Amino acid sequence: MTLRQSPAFRIGLSIAVATGLYGVSFGALSVAAGLTVAQTIALSLLMFTGGSQFAFVGVIGGGGTGSAAFGAAALLGVRNAVYGMQMNRMLKLDGWRKAMAAQVTIDESTATAAGQKDLDEQRRGFWTAGVGIFILWNVFTAIGAVLGDALGDPRKWGLDGAAVAAFLALLWPRLSAREPVALAVACALVTVLVIPVVPPGVPILIAAFVAAVWGWFSRGPEREGLEPDIDPAKYEDAAHDRERSVEESGGQA
Amino acid sequence: MSWSLWTWILLASVVAYATKAVGYLVPPRWLENEHMTRIAGTLTVGLLASLTAMNAFSAGQALAFDARFGALMAAAVALLLRVSFLGVVIIGAAAAAGFRLVAG
Repeated sequence: MTLRQSPAFRIGLSIAVATGLYGVSFGALSVAAGLTVAQTIALSLLMFTGGSQFAFVGVIGGGGTGSAAFGAAALLGVRNAVYGMQMNRMLKLDGWRKAMAAQVTIDESTATAAGQKDLDEQRRGFWTAGVGIFILWNVFTAIGAVLGDALGDPRKWGLDGAAVAAFLALLWPRLSAREPVALAVACALVTVLVIPVVPPGVPILIAAFVAAVWGWFSRGPEREGLEPDIDPAKYEDAAHDRERSVEESGGQA
Repeated sequence: MSWSLWTWILLASVVAYATKAVGYLVPPRWLENEHMTRIAGTLTVGLLASLTAMNAFSAGQALAFDARFGALMAAAVALLLRVSFLGVVIIGAAAAAGFRLVAG
């Protein structure tokens, strides 16, 4: 099978384009939170896990310390260990490939691989989504950071509202059942209640503690909240449409 | 200040990579238990909910009810209507800027 005929490659590519594009919002929000353009670019290159990156700049933007931002980003990244374990068993990589794969093990690459049936397709899907997003996410982060820097006063452009919307949009796909909704409401309430009494940034860590205790005693489905935030099946249709338009235009699109 | 923020960025990046790598390196049976998987899930939901609330209502160490609440509501409606991630973010920004314009 050539790469162009591979469904996993096409799905991975569609997901990479959709996800990579929103790096522009991370870049803009990061400089609005007070990070420099270089610091923003470093986060996308080195940390490379969207949720944790948004968490880091969200805490800094809210007046939190570097250590609180570190804590929030580290805890939000814990799910990547579970994805890593899953991909390790699925893709059976070795040596340097494993070391490379770790960096691009995120929600989207895991979901793309998990949506495929045979090993070759799983590998193609994982690498296409993972490396594709890595490249585009970094390009669009840089564009967003430079644009955000040029905008000036972030509040005038509503960038603080954009941050609120971004976190809600990251949370939304995981609210698929009653328990995660109850947990989300509880953690949001705890956060609002403790904001006036502890230093900025710390409410996030208190909410994380509540969430961990909740998880320890929970009896719900084991993988709740870990459903990857992207559904590869949705991108299958998009890939088919594109293929059709390529055929119609004589394969030269 | 600037130097120490760089330190935290680099440290957080090292931890982020190490967390991903742990899944590939340690024997599956160490991580494959119900508690670990559940907590990874509840942490994700809890932290994102907390970050949403903090960004919507905190003003340093005080609570504020301002244009950002309008952004929160607008984003929720956009998500119900299945708008894409980037669309939701843009709607959130427009709502906050709009409410601020109206309120003076």
